[in-house]
Amino acid sequence: MEAAKRIMRYGAAAVVMAFDEKGQADSIERKFDICKKSYDILVNEVGFLPEDIIFDPNIFAVATGIEEHDNYGVDFIEATRLIKTHLPHAKVSGGVSNVSFSFRGNNMVREAMHSVFLYHAIRAGMDMGIVNAGQLTVYSDIPADLKERVEDVILNRRSDATDRLLEIADNYRGQGAKARVEDLSWRDAPVEKRMEHALVKGITDYIEADAEEARQKLDRPIQVIEGPLMDGMNVVGDLFGSGEMFLPQVVKSARVMKQAVNYLQPYIEDEKEDGAKAKGKIIMATVKGDVHDIGKNIVGVVLQCNNYEVIDLGVMVPWADILKAANDHGADIIGLSGLITPSLDEMVTVAEEMERQGFSMPLLIGGATTSRVHTAVKIAPHYSGPITHVLDASRAVGVASTLMSDTLKDDFVEKTKAEYQDILEKRLAKPKSDSLATLEVARANKAVVSFDDYTPAEPSFTGTKVFDAYPLDVIAKNIDWTPFFHTWELAGNYPAILEDKIVGESARDLFADAQKMLKEIIDEKWLTAKGVIGIWPAASTGDDITLYTGEDREEALSTVHCLRQQVKKRAGRANDCLADFIAPVGGKKDWFGGFAVTTGHGIDAHVARFKAASDDYNEIMLKALADRLAEAFAEHMHARVRAEFWGFRADEKLSNEDFIKERYQGIRPAPGYPACPDHSEKPELFRLLNAEQTAGIELTESFAMLPTAAVSGYYLAHPEAHYYGVGKIGKDQVADYAERRGVSIEQAERWLRPNLGY
Amino acid sequence: MTDKITEQLTELCKERILVMDGAMGTMIQREGLVEADYRGERFKDYPSDLKGNNDLLVLTKPDVIEKIHNMFFDAGADIIETDTFNATSVSMADYDMQFLVREINVEGAKLARKVADEWTAKTPDKPRFVAGSIGPMNRSLSLSPDVDNPGFRAVTFDEVATAYKEQVEGLIDGGVDIILIETVFDTLNSKAAIFATQEVFEERGIHLPIMLSCTVTDMSGRNLSGQSIEAFWYSTRHAKPFAVGLNCAFGAEHLRPHAIAIAAIADVPVCVYPNAGLPNEMGEYDETPEVTSGLLEEWAKEGLLNIVGGCCGTSPDHIRAIAEAVAKHPPREVREAPTIMRLSGIDPVQIATAAPAE
Repeated sequence: MEAAKRIMRYGAAAVVMAFDEKGQADSIERKFDICKKSYDILVNEVGFLPEDIIFDPNIFAVATGIEEHDNYGVDFIEATRLIKTHLPHAKVSGGVSNVSFSFRGNNMVREAMHSVFLYHAIRAGMDMGIVNAGQLTVYSDIPADLKERVEDVILNRRSDATDRLLEIADNYRGQGAKARVEDLSWRDAPVEKRMEHALVKGITDYIEADAEEARQKLDRPIQVIEGPLMDGMNVVGDLFGSGEMFLPQVVKSARVMKQAVNYLQPYIEDEKEDGAKAKGKIIMATVKGDVHDIGKNIVGVVLQCNNYEVIDLGVMVPWADILKAANDHGADIIGLSGLITPSLDEMVTVAEEMERQGFSMPLLIGGATTSRVHTAVKIAPHYSGPITHVLDASRAVGVASTLMSDTLKDDFVEKTKAEYQDILEKRLAKPKSDSLATLEVARANKAVVSFDDYTPAEPSFTGTKVFDAYPLDVIAKNIDWTPFFHTWELAGNYPAILEDKIVGESARDLFADAQKMLKEIIDEKWLTAKGVIGIWPAASTGDDITLYTGEDREEALSTVHCLRQQVKKRAGRANDCLADFIAPVGGKKDWFGGFAVTTGHGIDAHVARFKAASDDYNEIMLKALADRLAEAFAEHMHARVRAEFWGFRADEKLSNEDFIKERYQGIRPAPGYPACPDHSEKPELFRLLNAEQTAGIELTESFAMLPTAAVSGYYLAHPEAHYYGVGKIGKDQVADYAERRGVSIEQAERWLRPNLGY
Repeated sequence: MTDKITEQLTELCKERILVMDGAMGTMIQREGLVEADYRGERFKDYPSDLKGNNDLLVLTKPDVIEKIHNMFFDAGADIIETDTFNATSVSMADYDMQFLVREINVEGAKLARKVADEWTAKTPDKPRFVAGSIGPMNRSLSLSPDVDNPGFRAVTFDEVATAYKEQVEGLIDGGVDIILIETVFDTLNSKAAIFATQEVFEERGIHLPIMLSCTVTDMSGRNLSGQSIEAFWYSTRHAKPFAVGLNCAFGAEHLRPHAIAIAAIADVPVCVYPNAGLPNEMGEYDETPEVTSGLLEEWAKEGLLNIVGGCCGTSPDHIRAIAEAVAKHPPREVREAPTIMRLSGIDPVQIATAAPAE
């Protein structure tokens, strides 16, 4: 009864054997009695559904030569009749082949016995049986003499039945059904069709042979994958899409695909052709806040089948982990997935962060609630790299291979960009388009930056401080090498890139050359580092930051005009503006800093030298190193400002890696970059720093710095200050900004062109 | 076996179409809660991200959940669901919050109970019920997450059943009227939930009405274990539920053929609570209350419904419109089904009883 209850709880029907403490029931009476007793307990006491009971009243072998066995066939058939008459809704089953056990080896006779037995048992009410359906003859096809003698045995019609059957049995030995085989007619089709069939049906048995045949038929092994296998997978995709195939079958198809690809792999590698090998690394993740991953897993499987290396980060993956994994693995593509609607916002965040960290790899967006329109309107504007919405798994391979192709990528990226721009513009043109908040609303949603529990540290000086011929060896320690490799178009992160399978060797050679030249630069003083920093008393007024000549904060020295994000934010996210991170007028004493540094002095002579020698390699090397040194100088000065000159983080101890990852308090945004995108604020910064005289950096007409190996920017100290992109702004802010700057709206629009959201 | 609540619900179901609530998730999303709200004081320093853990809100923002329950009752719901859809140790592992499972279920049930009792006191002629929401879990018993090993499972039946048992116990202790096993995309998971529920019933010598609600995942009209709604019903009817039906999926329009199918074969009341359509390309549900209620009124007219409500994207306005629309129509007549062996793989099969020939 315990077992019966458990079975009910599993929701299963049950096979009940006619078996009790005395053993298996053999006679009609025992068979029926045991079944009736079981039925009463199950139905009346346990509450088991009678239609879910299947009795197996034991089929035993007949014609064994033992007289007591002769009636076993009849016993079963008659017990079945009793059960079906007296125990409503119950079913009867049995293991049919038992009955012919004594004729094993003689399939023709056995099959005839099974057919005859079933013919009579079914008439008595047998519902189902365990039989080899491939080894049954049709009752009416049994030769007459055999049928008669078999019936005598099964129905126990005469005492010499067994002997009479034995007499003729040998005549039929070795005949009977050939081992029936599965329907292999599909094997007659052309190889492409066979592969399609194998994929759709998930049959792995022949796929290697077929792959081999296809390989010989086609020019190149890769064409087997791109041709018949992909065609087959497309059929699978279509069938899945139209609801004719289900996920488990698709997964089986994927297995066939994988097996074929694995088989072809060595041939493809033998060809030693670029692009024919592992096609690329793809990071896949379901974004933070979302736990749905079935669709993502399918895409992962399909991509793997197509020979992409997929690094699946799982679900609820914060953007930081996605970006880190992309860097660590030297990924080629990032794929984001999400099902619930809040994931759409999170994808925007990932895109923003990719932009902020200077990513350029393609970003794929997929998942049930994602769409081309959303990708174009909400995500694409935040990321300057290639971004594509992928409708479903079947498209993933096409998109990924296009993006990995040297010949097709640029065209595709450009086309997609134009298409998304078009969607965006159409969207913005709609009167409903309200993706930007009004300036008033954006200002009301400014960052809640608390100055209650934060008192800005008083700097060790105000005004400016100049550094001439700063030691290059100190600066060089702060170099972030990853962008250096990017300059050389080697994808990957330092130091992992040195061990990279594909680019590792060239990266190592390049790095050795770089170290050699860096040593010469330092030892022989090819370059001179000059810099200037400034810190001034400051207070914010609306979106502006006012700088003062003295600590009394009475006489204004200058104004830094900041821009505010106007993109509509989700709850809890502010419309940022740099001014929010400076204490307002009348609040706590606060300060604001600026800097301009360069490591480009002296470079021209050496560049000329390399040019004269037609040594492009070293020319580019030198420029790249100078750029890296300038960035390192800026990073190093920022650290000294935090710890020493301003001293708001005198206790700061960070590794170089921490610097690169910007794990410190305060920011150093640069005019012309996302947080303060207006380059035209640079001249005022340079005036304050007197940068032309002190650091020898000039500004071009279009506000570019000379020497080019130079960095300038602002210092903000508040712990909550962070990098962000201003993004698109509305006409109201442009007008407001023009007024603050004292220029015409047209002038302001020229400066802010990339940010105009109208 | 029967019980008082089942009797009461069965009587009510004969009189009129009962109304369930709408989307808890959608309403929570509208509140615009941020990470800090999810954390509250208690989980201020909890190491994992908690935003999105909607069930946790019964502990950290009970006022919000209570408000939502009230809004749906006010809109005319007879039955509301507890905010416990994901509150099993398996699902909560995403947030490292397995230890809170019991508490969330007990508190979630108590909260809904309290609100329901207040409304029943206010309108005694319209008693209100609490359905303990049991979701499908984030691990599937029928599908392998590993393509190289189709036999692999991320979780076992016993693990799933054990996790569901903890949830069921919590819900019952918190005072739910109904055990609602919903959004079933993997039938085997739902069978583990049924298994757990019946085990609790037996251990405690009690019985509560069970409601089963399947979802279909694509236009094939099957759930992720590949079953049609009929096959699902044959796989789960041993639960002897008070009602069976469908929820979530696409909107009412696409759900219609499946609603017709289940209404045709179920010998118990039929419940349907669809989404407000599918999310549009911007992730918003834009089926209006008029559209949803209009579609569902058609169904009511055709006698397909006993219990109706809303899933993702349905607001109190939707529920109000639905309640008003279906009030004009009599409920579906529940007919007895002939006794016959019903089995299912991905499709249903009925095995007629072969009678002995003369």
